[in-house]
Amino acid sequence: MIATRIIPRLDIKGPNLVKGIHLEGLRVLGDPAEFAKFYYENGADELIYQDVVASLYERNSLHDIISKTAKQVFIPITVGGGLRTIDDIKNVLRAGADKVSLNTAAIKNPNLIKEASKKFGSSTIIVAIEAIKQNNGIYLAYIDNGREETGIEVKQWAQCVEELGAGEINITSVDREGTGQGFDCDLIKLISDAVSIPVIAHGGPGKLDHTADAIIKGNAHAVSLASVLHYDFVQNKLFEQKNEEGNTEFLKSGKTNSKISPCSLTQVKEYYKSIGIKVR
Amino acid sequence: MSKKIAILDYSLGNLFSVQQAFKQCGAETFLTDDPDLIITADAIVLPGVGAFAEAMDKLIQNKLDIALRDSINKGKPFLGICLGMQLLFTQSEEFGVTKGLGIIEGEIKKFKTLSSGEKLHVPQVGWNTISHSPANNWKETILEDLPEHEYMYFVHSYYAVPKFIEDSLCTTTYGGIEYCSAVIKNNITATQFHPEKSGEKGLLIYKNWLKIK
Repeated sequence: MIATRIIPRLDIKGPNLVKGIHLEGLRVLGDPAEFAKFYYENGADELIYQDVVASLYERNSLHDIISKTAKQVFIPITVGGGLRTIDDIKNVLRAGADKVSLNTAAIKNPNLIKEASKKFGSSTIIVAIEAIKQNNGIYLAYIDNGREETGIEVKQWAQCVEELGAGEINITSVDREGTGQGFDCDLIKLISDAVSIPVIAHGGPGKLDHTADAIIKGNAHAVSLASVLHYDFVQNKLFEQKNEEGNTEFLKSGKTNSKISPCSLTQVKEYYKSIGIKVR
Repeated sequence: MSKKIAILDYSLGNLFSVQQAFKQCGAETFLTDDPDLIITADAIVLPGVGAFAEAMDKLIQNKLDIALRDSINKGKPFLGICLGMQLLFTQSEEFGVTKGLGIIEGEIKKFKTLSSGEKLHVPQVGWNTISHSPANNWKETILEDLPEHEYMYFVHSYYAVPKFIEDSLCTTTYGGIEYCSAVIKNNITATQFHPEKSGEKGLLIYKNWLKIK
């Protein structure tokens, strides 16, 4: 039987692993390749690298980080952020990525999903949907890391990307992202029940108890975890800070995020097993 | 002189990780789409992610299909991965019916989204277990020393149905369907899963292949 995937998500800005709240206010946490290796050795099922500023500045600086990671990490690596063309996709795949994650470019040009899934195979193309709940309860898709509204309703968009050939959907609740308030299970269920491709849930879990909600209540196929795992790693001081670019004040302070109760991958897996969720 | 291991590069899929995995196992490989270099290589790896029909077109356009058949017929060690396994078969039902290399008899079928009333996610993406096939206990194969029911990483919407059970090396169950997840026939071994993406146990499979060939 297939196992539920636990996927650490590494948000990248320049050379650094960062973490924000609502995809904003980015704090530097360290060297992404170090985190990647640590997660690989501790049983991560996949990794997601997201260049969180790429689509704003129209750049993609991930290539070196991907290549470095792919030399020491032998699990699937998904790369997203700022990928706009078939050539962009080809280049990150060549650099060592196994899958790509599209958001802004997919909404601006849905045909890219179709072309890319035909060329590279559906299973290589993940569409990321960044959702914000409106006052009337409707979830709308946003682009440019949750900054720009599109007016597109997320359920319809999810069905549309499946139709266009996307192999998976990564659904992010921008409202919950980085907050530690837990997954938005209504949103996740809305998407999971609307499509037959696998859905990866992202955004919100702040403690061990939260991590399984997306599976049990949201019917997700996989979870993507960031804060809870990263702060665990940071707290345990298992790496040395090397890069000084960006906002490192937080890191130097030795504090963690007060809204997050960190946990390790091993703890997440043990917890899943204890409540009957199959893991590797 | 070390053996020349060719990885077929027909611009589909992640060759980088296949090459890195071999490197990790101590083997140097080279990427090529030149039929002459396939013919002169000592061993061949056919990776591949993507669409069956497009892959076959690319192989035929570059005359790689002929080079592959010749090399396999000469008994050269061959390893297929994912689509590289499916291409060995007679035909696939992807986009109508597309003819494959016809080296292993059988066909490639699509996972049906509905199975036994439950919703089945297609593609199958993730870690699933491999079991002994009725015809093979993995002795002296690439799966030697692996515990049965070990997890491997799969990404696919189609699965192989070999005509002869002897060609099946292991099986995997998804959506209630027990299907063939690796094949073995003479000098050919091929896996539906990605050893290069299956952690340390996956690397062991590459190491075994390097030993056996």
